[in-house]
Amino acid sequence: MDDKRLEIIIGQLLRAGVLLAAAVVLAGAGLYLVQHHAEKVSFHTFVNERADLRTLPGIVRSAAHLQSEGLIQFGLVLLIATPVARVVLAVVGFYLERDRLYALVSLIVLAVLAFSLMHAS
Amino acid sequence: MTVLTFTLVVWAISTLAGFLGALTGLGGGVVVVPVLALGLGVDIKYAIGASLVSVIATSSGAAAAYVREGFSNIRIGLFLEIATTIGAVVGAFLAAHTSTHIIAIIFGLVLLQSAYQSLANSTPETGPPIESDALGKRLRLGGNFPVDGKRQEYGVRNVPTGLGLMFGAGALSGLLGIGSGAVKVIAMDRAMKIPFKVSTTTSNFMIGVTAAASAGVYLSRGYIDPRVAMPVMLGVLGGALIGTQVLVHARVRTLRIVFGAVILALAIEMIVNGFTGRI
Repeated sequence: MDDKRLEIIIGQLLRAGVLLAAAVVLAGAGLYLVQHHAEKVSFHTFVNERADLRTLPGIVRSAAHLQSEGLIQFGLVLLIATPVARVVLAVVGFYLERDRLYALVSLIVLAVLAFSLMHAS
Repeated sequence: MTVLTFTLVVWAISTLAGFLGALTGLGGGVVVVPVLALGLGVDIKYAIGASLVSVIATSSGAAAAYVREGFSNIRIGLFLEIATTIGAVVGAFLAAHTSTHIIAIIFGLVLLQSAYQSLANSTPETGPPIESDALGKRLRLGGNFPVDGKRQEYGVRNVPTGLGLMFGAGALSGLLGIGSGAVKVIAMDRAMKIPFKVSTTTSNFMIGVTAAASAGVYLSRGYIDPRVAMPVMLGVLGGALIGTQVLVHARVRTLRIVFGAVILALAIEMIVNGFTGRI
């Protein structure tokens, strides 16, 4: 498998991931607007209150209960996962190509991403 | 403002931003943040959180199209992402410890650069491709791209300088919730002597991964609020999709001037508001 074919497969998977994420966000958005459309909102001051929407387990739990904001947030997490998936696929692809240098490079990038995402777990 | 009004207004603005961002190559985030912060009084932390999400959407959404053209270089992208992702994590942590005034001023300065880029419209002449230097060769970063139906080989130089600039690009991305594609292109095109078209498409490839490195930190700190991020993400993504469709037919020059003028105005607003403490 050459670089180009690997990239095309990755590109198509990413687009599918984005569309899936957008569909989940859209579903959550519909639910959210039906339930809350007439409420007043203001985002003038930053309040860090929704602990359940700040961690991956909390978001999954909220989405599983079909809470609108949890569902939107779950869609956004799917979206954040698309570039992560791209790097995972690069690790696998380079490993299969027996390109150890770039399998290692991809692994380092993946480790940095994992470090960041661990904050939200 | 009611939830319905807020959602619709933010969605409409974001669609326009995504559309213009795709046409001019500047990305949507750079407009969404100041418009949310200045126009709707949204706290800048929510604005950069929503913007970061939209940056990932446009980068991943456009990847398939860019790859098909055969310009992006996955090795260059991944190798430099070591620097951008570390920079992005650092930037995201800095965002939490930097006052919103300072963030607004830095954002304004980045907008000034974007406005200049849009108004000057200087697509650099691609010089003759050159050989890789020793480190570029050892890392096998060189590649080839299509020119008039043939594959043109190119080399990569000054890798350490490129890595340093990429760390900076990542830090800006994490601090401001933007793609910072402009800095990435400068690092590749100017410093590393990579052909312009390869630089821009590889930059798009890198933007999503860089943003994902800040996203975990943003999420845990509550910057990504679903009520703000939802209309921004759907709008910017939709606008960008339409933008890439009409890109071929549009008279981009006039548009760049109008867009550049808008960004210039936003830049001045952001800096003034940052200094007077209103953001």
